[in-house]
Amino acid sequence: MIHITLPCAADVLWAMEEGLRCCAIGAVIGEVWGTPPVLNFTATRRLATRAEAGGLPCWLIRRGATPDLSAARHRWRVASLPSEAHPHDPQAPGNPRWQVELFRSRQISPGTWVATHDRAADRVDFSAAFRYGAVAEGDGAAGRRASG
Amino acid sequence: MERQGDAPPDEVAIALSIEGPHGPVIHATNRTARLAGIAVGARVVDMRAICPDLCVEYADPQGDRQALERLMLWSRRWCPWTVVDGVDGLILDTTGSDHLWGGETAMLEKIEVRLSLLGVTARLAVAPTWGAAWAMARHGGVRAICPEGGIATALAPLPVAGLRLDSDTVLLLQRLGLKTIGALVDVPRMSLARRFVQSPLAANPLLRLDQATGVLAEPVASKDVPVRMRAEVRLADPIHDPTHFLPLLCDDLCAQLARAGLGCRKLRLTVYHTDGEVSAIDLAIAAPSRDGRHLHGLFKGKLDRINPGFGFDLIALDAGMVEPLGTVQTRLDRTVEDDLHLPQLMDRLAARFGQKAVRHPQLQASHIPERAESWGTAATLTTDAPLKDRPIRLLTHAEEIHVLYAVPEGPPAQFIWRRQTYRVTRYEGPERIAPEWWTDRPRTRLRDYFKVEDQAGRRLWLYREGLHEDGRGGDPRWYLHGIFA
Repeated sequence: MIHITLPCAADVLWAMEEGLRCCAIGAVIGEVWGTPPVLNFTATRRLATRAEAGGLPCWLIRRGATPDLSAARHRWRVASLPSEAHPHDPQAPGNPRWQVELFRSRQISPGTWVATHDRAADRVDFSAAFRYGAVAEGDGAAGRRASG
Repeated sequence: MERQGDAPPDEVAIALSIEGPHGPVIHATNRTARLAGIAVGARVVDMRAICPDLCVEYADPQGDRQALERLMLWSRRWCPWTVVDGVDGLILDTTGSDHLWGGETAMLEKIEVRLSLLGVTARLAVAPTWGAAWAMARHGGVRAICPEGGIATALAPLPVAGLRLDSDTVLLLQRLGLKTIGALVDVPRMSLARRFVQSPLAANPLLRLDQATGVLAEPVASKDVPVRMRAEVRLADPIHDPTHFLPLLCDDLCAQLARAGLGCRKLRLTVYHTDGEVSAIDLAIAAPSRDGRHLHGLFKGKLDRINPGFGFDLIALDAGMVEPLGTVQTRLDRTVEDDLHLPQLMDRLAARFGQKAVRHPQLQASHIPERAESWGTAATLTTDAPLKDRPIRLLTHAEEIHVLYAVPEGPPAQFIWRRQTYRVTRYEGPERIAPEWWTDRPRTRLRDYFKVEDQAGRRLWLYREGLHEDGRGGDPRWYLHGIFA
């Protein structure tokens, strides 16, 4: 894993593009806080076409952002949910779960799922969404979005 | 070679010490200390009793060895073949080169003058064999010269310690009454051979004697100087921008490296200004490379740092940290192999954002979460399995929180972090991590980590520092240390 911390969003986008040009790495994950002006439609489109040309998965994680224009192929909104019950300990949180909403996509029809991380198998399962009693509408972490 | 520092005044007794099994021992002394009775190998505390105003400094054997290596290369000005002999000697094979300096006597004088200008005290001797020269330099007269065929007579009055034997053997020979090399030669060879036939070279006076007299050959195997890879451009008129010459320099350097089968991991571009100033740009490369286009690309945006001034007329590109780099064909078709792409990507990123921005996590042998992982630079890329059951985000500094709890040793029920109140619905723990007594300060408290979840599903990692009444400060405090996904 190569980790790069950069002070400005333009450099992050440059580093992501540079990473997508290299075929020796597995995936590129970028994280940008807020809505900087450089991260416009053109920038996301560059990333998406570069990722498709290289065949590399690329995620752009947005925190504290508002969903604006983006050329990302899939755009997700992720919020945390209470964990599953622990199989052995009723007090302890079990496998973590998230509410995952695909709100824009070209290939798949949008929808909402509940994603569970199965720790034993190290796998994320998607299951159909259901309303969980304790969770109020709109509660949870800030909206996130992915591209790639 | 330049003179390094200034020697302390002669009237002060100075000794260098190294760590022995029972405290520091004397490693070397100056003349004043030697006259005061300071013995090499004795303990520093004992010698302080003999000479209370003895000034003791730590010796630097590693630095001494490196200095001796440099001195060995420097001494090739006298003859082509030189080697380092032990920790305090140099052997120069002056066969055929002494007449260039006006004979052996004149050569020794010149060497001694040059060495004393460097601040080095030397004892010199010329002899037909390595062993004889060793003995004459250490136990013979000043600038002793042993003529061809006169080894036996020259060595005869010298003590047996001149035979490069270990101290036990020297002691044994002295107890046998064999104090000089001449006395050892007079003993019938058969009787000595019976005693020392099994001994290794350093404890075998017969083999050492044969080496000194030239019966056993001991050639001088001189090491080659590392080749300097350098490309340079001399210009008739000073210029202000080296950009146009860079591709040429890179290609020239890479051609030299390819000819030698090498790759470099460091680059230094040096420009020599017309007014005598010299400025340089250094680059580090993640994997050895001799790809001209890649190396050229790394200088992009770096050349602005050079202040042109009145212009410069000499540009040089040096390759550092040269390593063998073979040509490997991994595929039959012409597609490029992709193992080289990752180091090149790291180079491009490091060249733009600096070496410190491009990092990768390395596991460390520690249970304390902030020490379990450290950041390595791009040059030391390894692959480690990630840690299990640790938060995806670890705060650099744990943040203090205000906690309500049901029982003092139990989990938190509610806490305030960054002015927000969280109600704990479920928890897991405690996971107790004890302080590392070998690094931490004495009163560091243990930590009980809890993995908690609030009603909105936020999964956080808290810890309580210390226990109630553990005798290490007041009530334990609570901190938030990480955030799970």
